[in-house]
Amino acid sequence: MAKVLVVTSGKGGVGKTTSTAAIGAALAQNGRKVAVVDFDVGLRNLDLVLGAERRVVFDLINVVQGVAKLPQALIRDKRLENLWLLPASQTRDKDALTDEGVGRVIAEMRSTFDYIVCDSPAGIERGATLAMRFADEAIIVTNPEVSSVRDSDRIIGMLDSKTVKAEKGEQVAKHILISRFDPSRAARGEMLSIEDILEILATPLLGIIPESQDVLRASNVGSPVTLNSPASAPARAYADATKRLLGETIPMMVPSEPKGLMKLFGRRAA
Amino acid sequence: MSIFRLFASRPSPLPATAPVARERLQILLAHERGLRDEKPDLLMLLREEILAAVSRHVALDPDKVIVRMERGKNVSTLEVDVELPSGLERMFAVAS
Repeated sequence: MAKVLVVTSGKGGVGKTTSTAAIGAALAQNGRKVAVVDFDVGLRNLDLVLGAERRVVFDLINVVQGVAKLPQALIRDKRLENLWLLPASQTRDKDALTDEGVGRVIAEMRSTFDYIVCDSPAGIERGATLAMRFADEAIIVTNPEVSSVRDSDRIIGMLDSKTVKAEKGEQVAKHILISRFDPSRAARGEMLSIEDILEILATPLLGIIPESQDVLRASNVGSPVTLNSPASAPARAYADATKRLLGETIPMMVPSEPKGLMKLFGRRAA
Repeated sequence: MSIFRLFASRPSPLPATAPVARERLQILLAHERGLRDEKPDLLMLLREEILAAVSRHVALDPDKVIVRMERGKNVSTLEVDVELPSGLERMFAVAS
């Protein structure tokens, strides 16, 4: 049975697109047939993070409006044969996306893919509501910071009221993905703790992604971090989070700062 | 004290701010979750109408108005504390 996942947050800049690319790739690496869909009309970036920016011909709006057929618009990843991208339009108006049209495209994708991962734009406008509209599960990307937690709470409220599942009296399964976690700042009490965030949002945790240079390096070269540096801390955190999505029980690793001697040796080695 | 400072490798650590963040969020979200419930909340309705009634007669200074709401299982309280400028009552007595 196909599953529709939305990666959302309310707040911008928390790592939705990076997480969509990393988790989409990790699902494909686990043998699932995956389509990642960019809903950020006018500000698309998933193509860039996946290194497919020069291969975009048709987009989501073209498919919604019937200008192109779905297979014409889907771009197959060059590294992972199980991963496809449906880009957003860079030029069109977001009002071109209709509830009915998006529903039709998602329904068509459900028959071909195991996972459809929708990358939501920031905000709570049309693009964001449509990205979550048909979701079965939601990943709420949250930074350990007051404004991000507040916006996540708002988005959780919308997932519980504005989705097709909610309207049918069912529940969208919700997961918190904490990103840009800085262990040393958390240890000094400068950053909301994982426990605080989970208690406030009352939603289960999917994973903790540490703040890392590897994430930036991966988007610089247009490759999901799970592919570009699979041994790095963020890649391992994404891989574990993906396995949890697939139903495996993986112990949660809270990123910790390297201590005393380790730090010293680490520096010497570098 | 200062002599120890000389040897300290870094300045004394700043106080942890995460507990403040946590408390502020909890208060704010309790309020916002109340706002987005389907039926307008009685407490919020009272708050708005009381403030509207007062502001018809007096220019409200946001710094002089304190609204406190507490939601409990059995009892909820709404406390509206409005500081009125002095001389206002006399003005009313003259007018009526």
